Amino acid sequence: MIGLFDVGGRGLLIAIVGLGVAALLAAAWLVPAVMRALPVRMQPQASTLARLGAGATVWGVSAMAWIVLGGGRSSVSKIVTTLYYVTNGIVALAALFGILYLIASLFPEPFREWFRTAAFLLPAVLLLFGLVVPAILNVSDSFYDRNDEWYGFGNYVDIFTKDANIKVFSNTLWWGIIVTIASTVMGITIARFADRMRGEAVAKAAIFLPTAISMVGAGVIWNFVYSPREYGLLNSILPGDPEFFLQDSSLFGITSPWLPGKNTLFIMIVVIWIQAGFSTVVISAALKGVPDDLVEAAKIDGATDRQAFYKVVLPYIKSTIITVATTTVLAVLKIFDIIQTMGKGGSFGTSTIANEMYEQGFPQDNEGLGAAWAVMLFLLVLPIVFVNSRNQRAQREGR
Amino acid sequence: MVNLQKRYPNGFEAVPGLDLHINDGEFLVLVGPSGCGKSTVLRMVAGLEDISDGDMLIDDVRVNEMGPQQRDIAMVFQSYALYPNMTVAENIAFAMKLRKIDKETISAKVAEVAELLELTAVLDRKPGQLSGGQRQRVAMGRAIVRQPKLFLMDEPLSNLDAKLRVQTRAEISKLQRRLGVTTMYVTHDQVEAMTMGDRVAVLRRGILMQCASPAELYDTPDNLFVAQFIGSPSMNVVTGTVAEAANGGISLAVAGQTINLSGEAAQRLAGLGGRTGSPIAVGIRPEALGGDGDQHLDVSVDLVEMLGSELLVHATVAAPSVRSTDDGVEIGGGSESTIIAKLDPRHRVKAGDRLSLSVDTLRLHAFDMETGAAIGRA
Repeated sequence: MIGLFDVGGRGLLIAIVGLGVAALLAAAWLVPAVMRALPVRMQPQASTLARLGAGATVWGVSAMAWIVLGGGRSSVSKIVTTLYYVTNGIVALAALFGILYLIASLFPEPFREWFRTAAFLLPAVLLLFGLVVPAILNVSDSFYDRNDEWYGFGNYVDIFTKDANIKVFSNTLWWGIIVTIASTVMGITIARFADRMRGEAVAKAAIFLPTAISMVGAGVIWNFVYSPREYGLLNSILPGDPEFFLQDSSLFGITSPWLPGKNTLFIMIVVIWIQAGFSTVVISAALKGVPDDLVEAAKIDGATDRQAFYKVVLPYIKSTIITVATTTVLAVLKIFDIIQTMGKGGSFGTSTIANEMYEQGFPQDNEGLGAAWAVMLFLLVLPIVFVNSRNQRAQREGR
Repeated sequence: MVNLQKRYPNGFEAVPGLDLHINDGEFLVLVGPSGCGKSTVLRMVAGLEDISDGDMLIDDVRVNEMGPQQRDIAMVFQSYALYPNMTVAENIAFAMKLRKIDKETISAKVAEVAELLELTAVLDRKPGQLSGGQRQRVAMGRAIVRQPKLFLMDEPLSNLDAKLRVQTRAEISKLQRRLGVTTMYVTHDQVEAMTMGDRVAVLRRGILMQCASPAELYDTPDNLFVAQFIGSPSMNVVTGTVAEAANGGISLAVAGQTINLSGEAAQRLAGLGGRTGSPIAVGIRPEALGGDGDQHLDVSVDLVEMLGSELLVHATVAAPSVRSTDDGVEIGGGSESTIIAKLDPRHRVKAGDRLSLSVDTLRLHAFDMETGAAIGRA
């Protein structure tokens, strides 16, 4: 067995690491001496170079250590390998930036700043390119049908004429409206009443906890709650025959493509449970930022606690509430994973746009319709991003 | 206010018991060093702070249990506490809006107050777009528009620059006299207290040291604390001993020199009569030195400050200084101390000179060494 437990390997490992440390120590002693000898103008570049050199040494030592440890073959080195690839990524990116920065630094003054900016923007621009091109391709895809034949606006017409599709669209809107309003209002209410209460930190931690759970995990937990089988929590509390909570796509007997089913409402409760924690924590922080004397001034002006809260405190934290609400809307409009786990991939009329985008695009093999749904999602998100950025600009400019 | 007390849950007594009566239409200033409980008192009056014990009366009605909403008071905060989301007009109108007063009355009153405070041009702006002085005036406007029973102000000038502060100080005084609203004003600045108040209440650690008109506080302080707190430069206080003068009058031994009190001066300090031989604290204001006095004190000059209208002479005397502290009276270390005399600028004095300062015995103060209480007529 080659690796950590091999005596020869271990000796080699110690030697390599020892050499690396010795090299770094030598550099620590040598570099300042060299630096002093250099003209002042060169020193910043030299110092960057020295840092890069030290980084490269550490990287080289770890690379050799990795080989000695078995190069990803031994079971111990599996963890090391993973860590190694992660570090490699970081080091490579840092090296890329370092080299670009160094090159940019070589230009004379009027251009240096410009080139430095360009050097740091380049990767972002490249990534943006990787985002914009597929987006444009996606729009063109949405004009084709399931057999890759030109379909014009057919997919879009289908979305607004076929009941099943209207249901998907209206579901998404209801998700955006109900979950956002409910979790924001809950956040405001809980934050207000928990504020300065004894045990506030514990209460807020308990409320925030679900936010840390993944949607899939939450879906699994709540599937147990809603289950019609003997372990279903809700059914064992409620009297009568077990109910199929997640399969009732009507709203108290009314079935309409424009109304969400009862099952959708039950899934929404889970997401409200998750999102309310986030809203509470953010709004609670904002409440702490409201100056005390503002509330006191309102009381002296004759306001009751309620009036002081609604007329002075809420307007004061308005932009935080907008941020919370827009963040929630954006998260909810893209809702996908919980539909997969709790709505059985959008069965029983629980599907949403993001879910349908995937279902049509891949399992159903109707790429055109999937692409059209993606465009719809983009159009829905656009105004919210606009509201959000305007709110942030207003925040920056001060009240 | 009768025996107003404030105890914090941790047992700290911010205000151990305060009796204070404010007359109708009076401008009362609460002054004291920071942490003396003056703001706490004001907040108890406002209803923002619970009253631990005692009674708080407004127009003979006990208001202890009333919230700030029911007390019919208005307050100007140090930070102004303007509502940032409302315009100036809405800020001023807020209290009236809450009382469901009809719109015409509100806008008429807002216009009237804006006129008075020169805010008409900025009525539609938000507080964030105003200068410090304008914000201060909006805060005033918000308070006066209500015509409350009592007007409370918590250091309303401390956020203004020095020049604006002096100007606004005068404006607030004028406004208060014009409106005739009973006002309670908190400040740590003794100049503000002296210039604005009809009466000034000096507080130390929640205890009322003296409440009197500015002139009375200055001329006849009840105790060493008030004597040294009011006035700038503050009163010179050094140790001294009471001795019986040859003619049966009283004399004071200060720094190895004798100051004889006769006539009215002796009557003013007749209380010293029974204290022959005992140490006391002798106080004299800078301007009572080097003017037309009948007695003299020899000093050596350390430093001369020429201020144009007056000459401040820092000089050494051979007696330790006496200072009022939180616990009572403290005697300074060493056998000598520095006193300050305010002389006419035509005097030719320079550092290093020996100088014989005249002492106006009519303006001499004496204090008990233990309690710091003033020793008066008898």
